[in-house]
Formats: sequence, structure tokens, C-alpha cells
Amino acid sequence: MAASEATLPPRMRPLDILRFAYGAAAGNRLRTLLLILAMAIGVAAVVVLTALGDGARRYVVNEFSAIGSNLVIVLPGRSQTGGFSPANAVTSTPRDLTVADARALQRAPAVRRLAPVTAGTSELSVAGRLRETLIIGTTAEFLEVRRFKLAQGRFLPDEDWDRGTPVMVIGAKLASELFGTVSPLGQFARIGDRRFRVIGVLAAGGSGLGMTTDELAIVPVAQAQAMFNSNTLFRILVEARSREVIELAREQVTQLIKQRHDGEADVTVITQDAVLATFDRLLGTLTLGVAGIAAISLAVAGILVMNVMLVSVTQRTPEIGLMKALGATGRVIRRAFLVEAALLSAAGAVIGYGLGLGGAAIIRALYPVLPAYAPNWAVLAALGTALVTGVVFGVLPARRAAALDPVLALSKR
Amino acid sequence: MTTSKANGALIDLERVERVFRLGDSEVHALHELDLTVMPGEYLAVMGPSGSGKSTLLNLVGLLDRPSAGTYRLDGRDVTTLTPEEQAQLRSRRIGFVFQSFHLVPRLTAAENIALPMMLAGIPAAERAPRVQQALADYGLVDRAEHRPDELSGGQRQRVAIARATIMQPALILADEPTGNLDRATGEEVVRLLEELNARGVTLIVVTHDGALGARARRRIEMEDGSVRSDTAATHAPA
Repeated sequence: MAASEATLPPRMRPLDILRFAYGAAAGNRLRTLLLILAMAIGVAAVVVLTALGDGARRYVVNEFSAIGSNLVIVLPGRSQTGGFSPANAVTSTPRDLTVADARALQRAPAVRRLAPVTAGTSELSVAGRLRETLIIGTTAEFLEVRRFKLAQGRFLPDEDWDRGTPVMVIGAKLASELFGTVSPLGQFARIGDRRFRVIGVLAAGGSGLGMTTDELAIVPVAQAQAMFNSNTLFRILVEARSREVIELAREQVTQLIKQRHDGEADVTVITQDAVLATFDRLLGTLTLGVAGIAAISLAVAGILVMNVMLVSVTQRTPEIGLMKALGATGRVIRRAFLVEAALLSAAGAVIGYGLGLGGAAIIRALYPVLPAYAPNWAVLAALGTALVTGVVFGVLPARRAAALDPVLALSKR
Repeated sequence: MTTSKANGALIDLERVERVFRLGDSEVHALHELDLTVMPGEYLAVMGPSGSGKSTLLNLVGLLDRPSAGTYRLDGRDVTTLTPEEQAQLRSRRIGFVFQSFHLVPRLTAAENIALPMMLAGIPAAERAPRVQQALADYGLVDRAEHRPDELSGGQRQRVAIARATIMQPALILADEPTGNLDRATGEEVVRLLEELNARGVTLIVVTHDGALGARARRRIEMEDGSVRSDTAATHAPA
């Protein structure tokens, strides 16, 4: 007997602690369910709210990506800062941006293709039917630069930019409104006193920057300038050769314009990246803030864990006294209670994660445009915080249990 | 004292004091108490409520510490041990049997019996046969998977005794072991405890019950925290 005593391991086995803690948690259903629920709500809140925030961020990023990849946009007028600000859109123009400028920019090595754009609203009429619409004047490569798709026919012909064949490509909604079920291809539409032959229809659903292509009418740039009696451009859309040379393209474009405008860089060149980065930062911060608010509910859950575990220690005082009488050290009791708190928190975290995923799925079902997926960092942070708060707030009750006087504990009934 | 303080005593208490503070006043639960118990003894501790019986039992069981004096267990001074070391000693040397059984309600009879082994870190594979043996020894085989609330009082106390002996302790401390049982069931429980004593386990029973006390080979009467009479002489072991 003495020999076997000497070889006894000094501590309770981890698996036994786990099983014992599980038994203790399962022994009081209501308490356990309430705790798990509190923890689950906290985690679910983090998952759902960050999914919302990140969904909004992704939505905006997608919207910008939809206007074309590797895009560099040249606007007339200089802005004070290099970044994107609403002021850029309303800067007065010291020197106009012209079709000749656009033609010159084609020589820049980092530029793959570009499209000059002029825009204005006008009345479009077909057989007496009138429709106020946005007219875009541009060139053949606009389709590629903006990544638009055609539903029928073809896009503007690749011709001399100054010539301007009277042809027109229209949006899907415009096509159905003006021509009904008749195929618009080959039909004529009037803008003012000009007649245009419809040669193509854009695919429905194209969008970007909040502007839908469904109600656009696109004509050659020379036609549009004549129509609006102006030789200036609204902007030039430049596509860089690759993602890596976007910045290079921006510099070359700025240089070329400066040369052409008597040494004055009186244009604003914005890259899609800069715009994206701004929104990305903005909405990323928003998501973080929302996650922080949700994390408060996790802290509340942690305090609840502490209170419930404290009550549990009081309720189980005789049991703790007994365990001490049976040879349990303070350390064993502390661990048993800590493991129990950790188990409850973990269960709550896992269930909350499931609820959060479900909630995000419901949001996606209700608002299909919003890609409401919780970011990985938020999920990890929520699960981590749940476990840490559960254990941290479990420490005090566990210590109290371990410190109980076995004599008093046993005499309590 | 009638018993000599020669080496070889299992328990040796010398001028032990235990003082509780109640507000401003001090209560001497134990006062200048001397007691020596040899291995294998069967000792009944008797006396009125408040005479210090339970305090004595808690001290001997290392659940409490004396305010002054020394306690030697197996010749070793245990008053200076850390709580962890005392827990180790309780685990291996001392078994407790309580008046109110103190079974863990959510654990089955078998799990309650296995609890001390689990706390001592004995692997599950080794625990199972020992629990089976204990269940067989105490006639509880068909009650192994029952929870305490599904057991009769006698069965509960048998589970408690099986639990107290599963670590094969040298000393069993029983606090009113028959207090919550009817006479017939109480008899059976006492018989089980006496069988353990017959196999060499030192048995200390705290009781009010004169009939139970009379069965012990040595009886001490306590009063006001001290031993009033010790009638060990006639039956004391060598």
C-alpha cells in the first residue's frame, strides 16, 4: 500500500476535471441555459453587427469596382489635395479638357485604352414619345473601359473621334419604354433636330457610382458636343495597363496634360484605388466601432457568468466542503470551477456564432445587395472575447470556492 | 493520560487549543486537550452538544487547525503543513463518514464512491475495478447507477462508507454515522464500520448515542473542550 501511495499522481487528471465540470454544468439546466444564452447573444451581436458593417463596406467597394478596373479618372480643374473629396466634382475649370487632350493621352505608355466622356440631359423622342434622359458622348472604347455588356447589336463604331456617325446605343429600360416589344435595332430616335439610328442595347443591370446604365443613351462624342454646343469634356476615363502601373499612369497623364496646358496641371486625376481606400477606411472604422459596441454585450455576459458562478459556489458549498474532506486541494477546486466557466462560455460562443451566421444569412436574404458576411477577424475576436471574459469572470468565483473553509462548508446544509 | 505517548501512536494531540472568536468574546472549543490514539483502536467520542466533539474530529481530520499545541499524525507534526499537503494526507490517510451522508446529488453511487480516487488523480481504468469491488463489498451492485435521491438512507450511508474506504485510509472518522438512520439500518452501518476496524483500520466515532458509544473499546467523554473521562484502560490494545 505504501508503494502505491508514493506513486500516486498528485493532481486530478485534466479529463476528470473536464468531466466533473461538465457534470456540474449539466446538473443545473436553467442556470446553464441562461448563461449560455447570455454569452450566445453577445457573440451573435458581434457577428451580425460586423456582418452588417462589413457588408456595407463591401457593397460600396463593389459599386466602385463596377465602374471598371484599373481606372484613372481625369476631371477638369485642380483640387487642393491629392485625395478624393466632394469638392473635386464642383471645381471651376480654368482650362477645358478637350478631345485633343484625350487623344494625346493615348500616347502615354502606361495607358491601355481610354474614353473621353461628355454628358448632359436632353429629350429623346421616338414616334412622338418623349423621354428626358442622360446623354453620354464618348468613343468605341468606353464599353471596354467601363466593362459594360451589350444585350443586342453593337457598340459605337471605332472611327475618327471628330467625325461622329449619327448612331446611338441605349439602355435596356429606355429601349423597352421607347420601343416596347419591337426590336430597337435599326430604328431611329431624335434628340432635338438630330436623328440617330439605334445600333445597340446595353445589358440590363449595369451600374456603378449609383448610376444605372438602364436609362442611358450613348452617342459619339462629336455628336454630343455639337448637340450641347460645347467642345469640353466632362471627364476622361483612362484604363491603366495593369493594377501595378495605375500610379504610373496617373503621373504620365498628369505630365501630359501639364505639357498641353502651358505647364499648368489644372486637372484632377483620381484613381479608383484612392477613392476605394477612402471608403474602405471609413466603413472599416465604422465596422470596428459597431463591433466595439457589440463587445460590450459580451462584457455584460461575462459579468453574468461571474454572478451566476458565485451563486453556484454558494449553492454548492456543501459539495465543495465534501471535496476538500475527500482530499481535493484548493487548486483542484479552483480548476474545476474555472473549467466549468470556460465550458459554459465556449458553448455560448459556439451557439452565438451559429445564431450570428443565421442572422447574417437572414439579412442577406432580406437585402440581397448587401453582402453581409462577418469578417474573420470579428468572428475570431468575438469567440476569443467570449472565452476570455468567461474565464476572467470565472476566476473570482473559483477562488472563492477554493478558499471555502471545509468545516463551515460541510456544516452548511 | 492512561495511554503512553510512546512512538507508534497514530494520533498524538498535545495541549491542543482551539479558540473561536464570536464578536468580542473568545470561545474555547478545545482547551488543553491531550489525546493519543494507537493504530487499530476503536474510539467513541461522547459528550453534550458544544463540548468540542466535532471540533476535535475536524482537527483530527485535518479540516481545521489548532490555535495552539501540536498534532502529530503517524509521528509527524501536521500542524505546520500547507493546506495542499494536508489535502494530500486527507486523501490518502483519512476517510470521513458524515451524519447527513454528504453524497454529491448529481453523481451516481458508483461515481460518488470513485470521487476520492478521481480527486487523487488515479486513472479511470484503475478506478473501475476498485469501485466494482466496493459495490460488491457493500451490497450495492444493483444500485451502482442510482443517484443518491433514488437510494434509501441505509444505502446512502453504505455508499458513503464505501467512498470513505476506497482509498484504503488508516483512519476512519465518523460523525454521528447513525444519526439519520432508523435503529436496524444504524445497526448495519455500525457493523460495517466495526468490520473495517477488525481489519485494522483505526475508527473514531463521534456520537450522542450511548448504546453506540458503549460498543467502542475505548470511550472518551468530553466536556467544555476537554476530556472528562477516558475509559480506555480496560480494553486498550497493546
